[in-house]
Amino acid sequence: MRDAFIAELSMLAAEDDSVALITGDLGFGVLTEFANKFPTQYLNAGVAEQNMTMVAAGMALSGHKVFTYSIGNFCTLRCLEQIRNDICYHDANVTVVSVGAGFSYGQLGVSHFAIEDLAVMRALPNMTIVAPSDPWEARILVRQMHKLRGPKYLRIDKGCAALPEQPDDVKLGKARVLRNGSDITLIGIGAILGQALEASDQLALVGISARVIGYHSLKPFDANAAITAASETNGIITIEEHTIIGGLGSTVAEVCLEANTPPGFFRRIGLNDQYPTIVGDQDYLRAAYSMDADSIVSVAKSALDSSLTD
Amino acid sequence: MTFAKKTVDTRSMARRIRRHIVQMTHRGRSSHVGSGLSIADIMAVLYGKILKVDCKNPMRDDRDRFILSKGHAGAAVYATLAESGFFPVDWLKDHYKNGSIFSGHVSHKGVPGVDFSTGSLGHGLGVAAGMALSAQRTDRDYRSFVVLSDGECDEGSIWEAILFASHHKLNNLIAIVDYNKIQSLARVDETLTLEPFSEKWRAFGWNVAEINGHDHDELYNAFEQAIASRNNPSVIICHTIKGKGVSFMENSVLWHYRYPHDGEELNTALAEIDSEEKDI
Repeated sequence: MRDAFIAELSMLAAEDDSVALITGDLGFGVLTEFANKFPTQYLNAGVAEQNMTMVAAGMALSGHKVFTYSIGNFCTLRCLEQIRNDICYHDANVTVVSVGAGFSYGQLGVSHFAIEDLAVMRALPNMTIVAPSDPWEARILVRQMHKLRGPKYLRIDKGCAALPEQPDDVKLGKARVLRNGSDITLIGIGAILGQALEASDQLALVGISARVIGYHSLKPFDANAAITAASETNGIITIEEHTIIGGLGSTVAEVCLEANTPPGFFRRIGLNDQYPTIVGDQDYLRAAYSMDADSIVSVAKSALDSSLTD
Repeated sequence: MTFAKKTVDTRSMARRIRRHIVQMTHRGRSSHVGSGLSIADIMAVLYGKILKVDCKNPMRDDRDRFILSKGHAGAAVYATLAESGFFPVDWLKDHYKNGSIFSGHVSHKGVPGVDFSTGSLGHGLGVAAGMALSAQRTDRDYRSFVVLSDGECDEGSIWEAILFASHHKLNNLIAIVDYNKIQSLARVDETLTLEPFSEKWRAFGWNVAEINGHDHDELYNAFEQAIASRNNPSVIICHTIKGKGVSFMENSVLWHYRYPHDGEELNTALAEIDSEEKDI
């Protein structure tokens, strides 16, 4: 997905000389071509994310469309106040690009797990938040983000959901119904949507019809898709490779309750207010922290059972 | 279109800025009167003689950029902009009031002439560097000016920006440090010593001038010299007196927080500022 982002950004940089990419000294081998091709639109700010973000704000307020780039929490949490004060308050045209959603860098340890980013970025006014599920979707969304003014956050995953390419179906701010279903709804964000789809296959084998909705945009949030699912199916399970606090699950709960349409049951799958203390690859950690397809199936069955018994 | 030639009496302008600061902090019962008085001369020389800005068209793309990184002295910026014709002086009466756009820490929202909002320390230099880099990369001529406090230089982000500006040879970036030697709770040298301060900037690759930050000729000459730099960013370390112009506020931590109260405090403060004018 990272390569897809850079490929699309390179096309945009060729079309629009106000596009600028600033890295916090990360992206070995990935950014070289961009740097060589667009030397005046590229900058390595060094290992100094606060300054990278301040410089980005200054450049954006002087006419550039800036993309800051780093791994995981370095370009978000390390420089959160710069994002808040310098970018969001000024409505500056900066896209913060974080590579390594969730457990993407699973072996590197908790410093490299981006597991609170969606919640924290969502709390910032003016911020647009995008988390694609697949490289092809990332390219389409990067192009749409380029057209959109103001602060933006792009969450790049190592994994991918392997959704079939349907470019016309991808619109920033709109949810995608990936599979129709009437018994329950699985709502996911980012590459972990692949696990939701796999879970829906498994559930189909035991006669449970699961709707699957993908949210590549957390903000603005397509409230209708969630509210409709709450009213048309027995309940909702949200899946995010992220803490269950403040991200996708919280957003779904908020919009459904505010619309007076509480789902029949509601479960959030994600990290349950904890820091992982083990390492492993993305698949391993998803299973270890109960957010893989099997875990989703198990939660779905028990939630459906208990709702039917009630 | 060129910028209008300036023929401002900066000493008189500084006195008016000081009067506004005292009156604004009095009316608003707000902190930071000493921080504002400390930079009144810097602001008067910048806006009176140096900056290419246009009060009729505050967002002109070719304008010089100005950031007050020590945002708590926002009253000084608002007063200076009002005195420079960006908005009516009468607006200053709203400072600190309920519903006002004139916040204690400088904000750009709705205030003509404010380029950037600050308040949390350590942000302005990096943003000004970004503005300078943008000009450098697009062959535009504007300069970026940023006023820092001394206490603010405790922030690591300032030193990130110092490294950055020097590496990129941002000769269009001019930092001004209001070195009044007093920070929030105590003197700088009792808190986190900055000395040898000039040497630090110099070692980081900056042009350094060290001047009396209340002497308008020294300020003007230092700015002109900094503007002429061909290779490096410049810093002007201004030795200043916190609370300058009001004897009982000078060099006092108290007046980082206390506001001039009705009666003797306010009257004496204004009288001293006025008498300074007569001395000149």
